[in-house]
Amino acid sequence: MQAVFTYTKGMVRTDTSYCPGCTHGIAHRLIMETLDEMGKLGDTIGVAPIGCSVQAHKFMNIDMCESAHGRAPAVATGIRRVHPDKTVFTYQGDGDLASIGTGEIIHAAARGEKFCTFFINNGIYGMTGGQMAPTTLIGQKTTTTQAGRTKEQAGSPLRVCELICAIEGAVYVERVALNTPASINKAKNAIKRAFEIQDRKLGFALVEILSTCPTDWGLAPEDAMKWLGENMIPYYPLGVFKEP
Amino acid sequence: MTDKVLMKGNEAFAEAAIRGGCRYYFGYPITPQNEIPEYMSRELPKYGGSFLQAESELGAINMAYGASASGGRVFITSSSPGIALMQEGMSFLSSAEVPLVVVNVSRGGPGIGGIQPGQADYIQATRGGGNGDYKVPVFAPSSLQEAVDLIYEAMELADIWRNPIMIYTDGILGQMMEPVVLPEPRPVTEYSELKQKKPWALSGYGDDDSKRRVVKSLRMDPNELEMHVEALFEKYGRAEKELVRVETAGLEDAEIVFVAFGTVARITKEAIELLGESGVKAGLIRPVSLWPFPYDAFDALTDKTKVVISTELSMGQLVQDVQIGVGKRFPIRLITRTGGIIPTSREIVERALGILSDISV
Repeated sequence: MQAVFTYTKGMVRTDTSYCPGCTHGIAHRLIMETLDEMGKLGDTIGVAPIGCSVQAHKFMNIDMCESAHGRAPAVATGIRRVHPDKTVFTYQGDGDLASIGTGEIIHAAARGEKFCTFFINNGIYGMTGGQMAPTTLIGQKTTTTQAGRTKEQAGSPLRVCELICAIEGAVYVERVALNTPASINKAKNAIKRAFEIQDRKLGFALVEILSTCPTDWGLAPEDAMKWLGENMIPYYPLGVFKEP
Repeated sequence: MTDKVLMKGNEAFAEAAIRGGCRYYFGYPITPQNEIPEYMSRELPKYGGSFLQAESELGAINMAYGASASGGRVFITSSSPGIALMQEGMSFLSSAEVPLVVVNVSRGGPGIGGIQPGQADYIQATRGGGNGDYKVPVFAPSSLQEAVDLIYEAMELADIWRNPIMIYTDGILGQMMEPVVLPEPRPVTEYSELKQKKPWALSGYGDDDSKRRVVKSLRMDPNELEMHVEALFEKYGRAEKELVRVETAGLEDAEIVFVAFGTVARITKEAIELLGESGVKAGLIRPVSLWPFPYDAFDALTDKTKVVISTELSMGQLVQDVQIGVGKRFPIRLITRTGGIIPTSREIVERALGILSDISV
């Protein structure tokens, strides 16, 4: 019998620590499957952030390190200096990248660092229990915006792709989503392009991946997918913002 | 062949690091250590090394973490307010057991303080400084030669102990010029030898994923975290025995025993000579390692000693270790200047004589 679908060697054969319906698992798999298909698993070093995916190294079957909150792009910068010919990426959430780590991500992009960043935007702090993220939508309820985020009190949600694509050193910037099978396929293509751009040493590549957090959104997994499509995509439009 | 050259402190620190094998430097401008990043930006590329001006001290120490976790030999420097920002990284690297050599060219605080010399980061340096239970060996040179030798050695020690090592200097040492003998450049680990020499370092596992490496500091299981911290403290326990360094002088018949480190120890030595000329015998304990602190050096004090004086550029930080070393055997007093002011040897003599007459009454 012919196998039509197999487990990727890029994922460790274990249960993840993510909640049911959380899209971290899909994002992990897409990245690892891509590295596997490109034959890069043994030559890749990943950097895990602070947040739910702090233990991504338990699931991603590659050499990997943790980094302090927001510092993943700085850590990856150091790794890249020692290993100029390996594949290096950071995997960061919205609290990590768009709040505490804004300095690090902006300057990694400005230097045109030759690594990729996969930015998981689910509009909320997951691991700490559902507080407002810089990407929380106006009106969205979180444990620190219990009546819904207001512009007056907390400002407007940050659009990271739009910000990063204004930086010359960032050569590839795309926003994708994980809410439908078709969008998941597009997300995988974007991930592959980011690694290819790194191979060609063209500059910094960022793929923003709109994701769900059913637990902290208080929605069933399927409803969370629907909510993403109806609420996040209108504010965070999908597509390629910049390409070489 | 060794070279004796007249060098500015900060430049000598940088050259010692390169000769000690540093090939990666990440820095952020802050006075009074700016000649170090300037020197590194010019010199490191000549050795195939990598200089990078980071966006902040937070960026610098986390770049250092990434490069060292990948097996590179890394050196970073800053001055007091910047060192404070780096404490997040110091804690992280200590837990992840990643080597690093850090120089603090310290200045006066608190806050932005001033840009003149200080020693008021003593508690921060010797008690960890960041969050959690950890220790960083700290060495305090009092001459440029000693600084060069300690930095050169620390580049090796950090790898051996798999721990950050701090060299605690001050704005005087960073800015002064002095003749130094530079050590022979140490051979650098070739990239192809990395996996063999540092099997724990990240480099991609190649063909065998059973050799995959993870560098981390998070341990969600309390039992696992406790075991990890206990293992770190087993290492620190060995460091307490093996890394203690101290210079002592004239303790056997000293009425006054001074305790001082770094630049202040040099001035205190001159004060001890002056006191000798006026018939007062004084001795010195100069901790070279601030952690581990040379508490045993105080065992050499005799009943001729009337007072132990901690002389420091802070409001009484070193004296806390002096108290541990002395116990209740002798009175302890302080001579301090702060704000970036350095006492003269005459000032130390006058204040010490005043203390001696108060004690004798």
